[in-house]
Amino acid sequence: MSNRMHLTLKVNGEAVETLAEPRELLIHVLRERLGITGPHIGCETSHCGACTVDMDGKSVKACTIFAAQAQGAEITTIEGIGTPDSLHVLQEMFREHHGLQCGFCTPGMITRAWRLLQETPSPTEEEVRFGMAGNLCRCTGYQNIVKAVLAAANELNTVKEAAE
Amino acid sequence: MKDLPDSEERRANLKGLGCARKRVEDARFTQGKGNYVDDIKLPGMLFGDFVRSPYAHARVKSINAEAALALPGVIAVLTAKDLEPLGLHWMPTLAGDKQMVLADGKVLFQGQEVAFVVATDRYIAADAVELVEVDYEDLPVVVDPFKAQAPDAPVLREDLEGVTEGAHGPRRHHNHIFTWEQGDAAGANAAIDGSEVIAEETIYYHRTHPCPLETCGCVASMDKINGKLTLWGTFQAPHVVRTVASLLSGIDEHNIRVVSPDIGGGFGNKVGVYPGYVCSIVATIVTGKPVKWVEDRMENLMATAFARDYWMKGRIGATKDGRITGLHAHVTADHGAFDACADPTKFPAGFFHICTGSYDIPVAYCAVDGVYTNKAPGGVAYRCSFRVTEAAYFIERMIEILAIKLGMDAAELRRINFIRADQFPYTSALGWEYDSGDYHTAWDKALKAVDYEGLRREQAERVEAFRRGETRKLLGIGLTHFTEIVGAGPVKNCDILGMGMFDSCEIRIHPTGSAIARLGTISQGQGHATTFAQILASETGIPADKITIEEGDTDTAPYGLGTYGSRSTPVAGAATAMAGRKIRAKAQMIAAYLLEVHDDDLEWDVDRFAVKGAPERFKTMAEIAYAAYNQAIPGVEPGLEAVSYYDPPNMTYPFGAYICVMEIDVDTGEHEIRQFYALDDCGTRINPMIIEGQVHGGLTEALAIAMGQEIAYDDMGNVRTGTLMDFFLPTAWETPNYQTDWTETPSPHHPIGAKGVGESPNVGGVPAFSNAVHDAFRAFGLTQTHMPHDHWRIWRTARDLGLHG
Repeated sequence: MSNRMHLTLKVNGEAVETLAEPRELLIHVLRERLGITGPHIGCETSHCGACTVDMDGKSVKACTIFAAQAQGAEITTIEGIGTPDSLHVLQEMFREHHGLQCGFCTPGMITRAWRLLQETPSPTEEEVRFGMAGNLCRCTGYQNIVKAVLAAANELNTVKEAAE
Repeated sequence: MKDLPDSEERRANLKGLGCARKRVEDARFTQGKGNYVDDIKLPGMLFGDFVRSPYAHARVKSINAEAALALPGVIAVLTAKDLEPLGLHWMPTLAGDKQMVLADGKVLFQGQEVAFVVATDRYIAADAVELVEVDYEDLPVVVDPFKAQAPDAPVLREDLEGVTEGAHGPRRHHNHIFTWEQGDAAGANAAIDGSEVIAEETIYYHRTHPCPLETCGCVASMDKINGKLTLWGTFQAPHVVRTVASLLSGIDEHNIRVVSPDIGGGFGNKVGVYPGYVCSIVATIVTGKPVKWVEDRMENLMATAFARDYWMKGRIGATKDGRITGLHAHVTADHGAFDACADPTKFPAGFFHICTGSYDIPVAYCAVDGVYTNKAPGGVAYRCSFRVTEAAYFIERMIEILAIKLGMDAAELRRINFIRADQFPYTSALGWEYDSGDYHTAWDKALKAVDYEGLRREQAERVEAFRRGETRKLLGIGLTHFTEIVGAGPVKNCDILGMGMFDSCEIRIHPTGSAIARLGTISQGQGHATTFAQILASETGIPADKITIEEGDTDTAPYGLGTYGSRSTPVAGAATAMAGRKIRAKAQMIAAYLLEVHDDDLEWDVDRFAVKGAPERFKTMAEIAYAAYNQAIPGVEPGLEAVSYYDPPNMTYPFGAYICVMEIDVDTGEHEIRQFYALDDCGTRINPMIIEGQVHGGLTEALAIAMGQEIAYDDMGNVRTGTLMDFFLPTAWETPNYQTDWTETPSPHHPIGAKGVGESPNVGGVPAFSNAVHDAFRAFGLTQTHMPHDHWRIWRTARDLGLHG
């Protein structure tokens, strides 16, 4: 195709370049052109949040914006939140509190929670439920997800206090 | 010499039965390294996409694919004409009917597959779909299963015209599929007619959809050099898919490999065989390139398997002091355009005849009429064993309605009719043998936990306050005591497409004392890799952390019927325990040789065989495993492996007591779940953490179904709820916290006594939520209002009862 655009973005801390059509959605560019398959596609209508990524400090549903809109942006996906040797506390707490079952919503959930805890470091249960309401889960009934996010907030705050 | 760890310490180290072991699956899922079907990318892979019918009933006069084929990147456009020479334009369904793969002359539901476009990427495929010109002539639409049976109703299935004998007996009308009945009609009618109190009601369990977060899809890849077809897909029953693919394609079964990778939730949606799979296989054979097809959410809701859609007419009789005398049920089942229900072959209405529930009902009868309409085919068990949730909803509503007729407390009515603990094994009036239960204990525990009497007092006070104009909120107490039937099932009467519903486990113990086990099931979030290792740990003494569980690859896993109907633990879990026992039996012979004693002189102690009376003389399973590979033991083959194909002697009967306390705002129709208490008895508990997670999730699906989720059609057969904007999936905001509890009544026939739990909360949850809504309005004369109880419907109920002043 001749009408491809040259995109340069920063994804999980690395500068990347790719060609993509102007109509291509960010989620498709991430998954199919860049091989970042952590974020998933659950609805393509921005309801389910399985595709949630972090773009310039905001949670974004990658199925609802064009890759072209991400030109020059800094993007963090689940792949950039922790490493196998050093998991993010959210990743640990989701496991600890059984906050996932089939795992399909989990990358979007954790990516959203990661931003939520930066926006609201000490959320109430209500704030977690409201702040995560853009991410659907069909398996867990959310109770353990909420528990995991609250536990992670607690843990992060404890670490922060200790450092201060 | 350091102290040897005692039995209890060693047992704890195994992380076996009863341990709230953390899940081994989570490491990859929390790091975005799951491998779902849409993550699969093969060199040269093409993308398939469907042209779908906008009409619910229309003749297809012509299909013109010229413009689509002219688009650069479009490789092929398949229609029924292309599939016909291969005999693949229709395919058999799981229910003994057949179904169009691509529209053959007409379409019968909105969203039906008309043509399959194959292109080099998904955007081009989507463009090409728009360029395929289909000329339709619309036909009269029938979406009402009662109107479908009128003498002059349009003929939907022209292919069946004149066919008076269906897969399940005679057809009495051109839109009739089957009549299936069970029990004693004359006896039930006589008992009810002679009763002091009779309750009659029609209960509608609306059409809905399992809607897992991941839609259905596959990647088909034909290796023309080796003649081998590989099919990755969202399959809840990969082995059955392989058999079906072989029968349909004519490719020998050993040349087909079916792989279910990680599956993003199933809930019954991924049991069926869909046209997308068949078209992808044909496309890879035609093009010689891998072909991916993944449906979008709208396609998923419109075209893949729906659930429920049962109109259940009930009559129940009782003495005036509340003893149930008989039950009669007649169901009109809307099966859509093709009968593609996913039930064991001999049960076209699934296990609906569990509809006597938890109650000792002396005589009962049920009949189900299956009917064709212009709706999508399906009829899967959405997080329940086959039609069990319909049955549970039916009886739990009938009990409530009977309680109203009797002027009796619904909790007490249940209590006096429960099957007593001393009656098990109990044979129900409709022929099931309930394996075990203790309903009274569970019920009393539940009522006490919520302070039932206190709630009733509060409710009565609330009604008075409402009448005095002091509040606009009512309080509903939703009760349910459900009994499920799961774990299909005994091969003598349960099969899918002729394949008996056994399941399997194959274990290989490695020389250094770790192991791999493969099963015929496939997890879709249930955590099999965690829990099956726990069963094996307790059976073999190898720590669960040293056991790998694999499922879903038909080239490596033993044949099994898959995961649905809560059958994994009852059937494959039993196979796992039995295979583990075979390992232990051989290990005992090896240990006897090593310790130079007779087999009978040894006893099993957690992770080792020890000499009776001399516990310091022992061989651990790890030592035995090593010996199995490096010692020549007379009369014993080298190696330590076992396989078990388990044919269950009976189904299992999990049960539970759920209580929902709900506030309802009469003026807005909004509800608030103030408390939800769920007591489950799933027999032996393998992993309490996972059980609790299953209950939370199932209850939330039940909440969705009861309070808003539906697949609704207008009179033209247009799907009105085809996106997540209209189709209700609760968010964290609408979902309450649940309070879980348990009793433990093991199954007497299951090797470890486990019954299965994944579906209980859906089966019990739906009536609990719905009964709470009904109960809130009981004082104002409501007997029955149909689900889903969304805000508008609740508001309308309040209005119709004159509560808006």
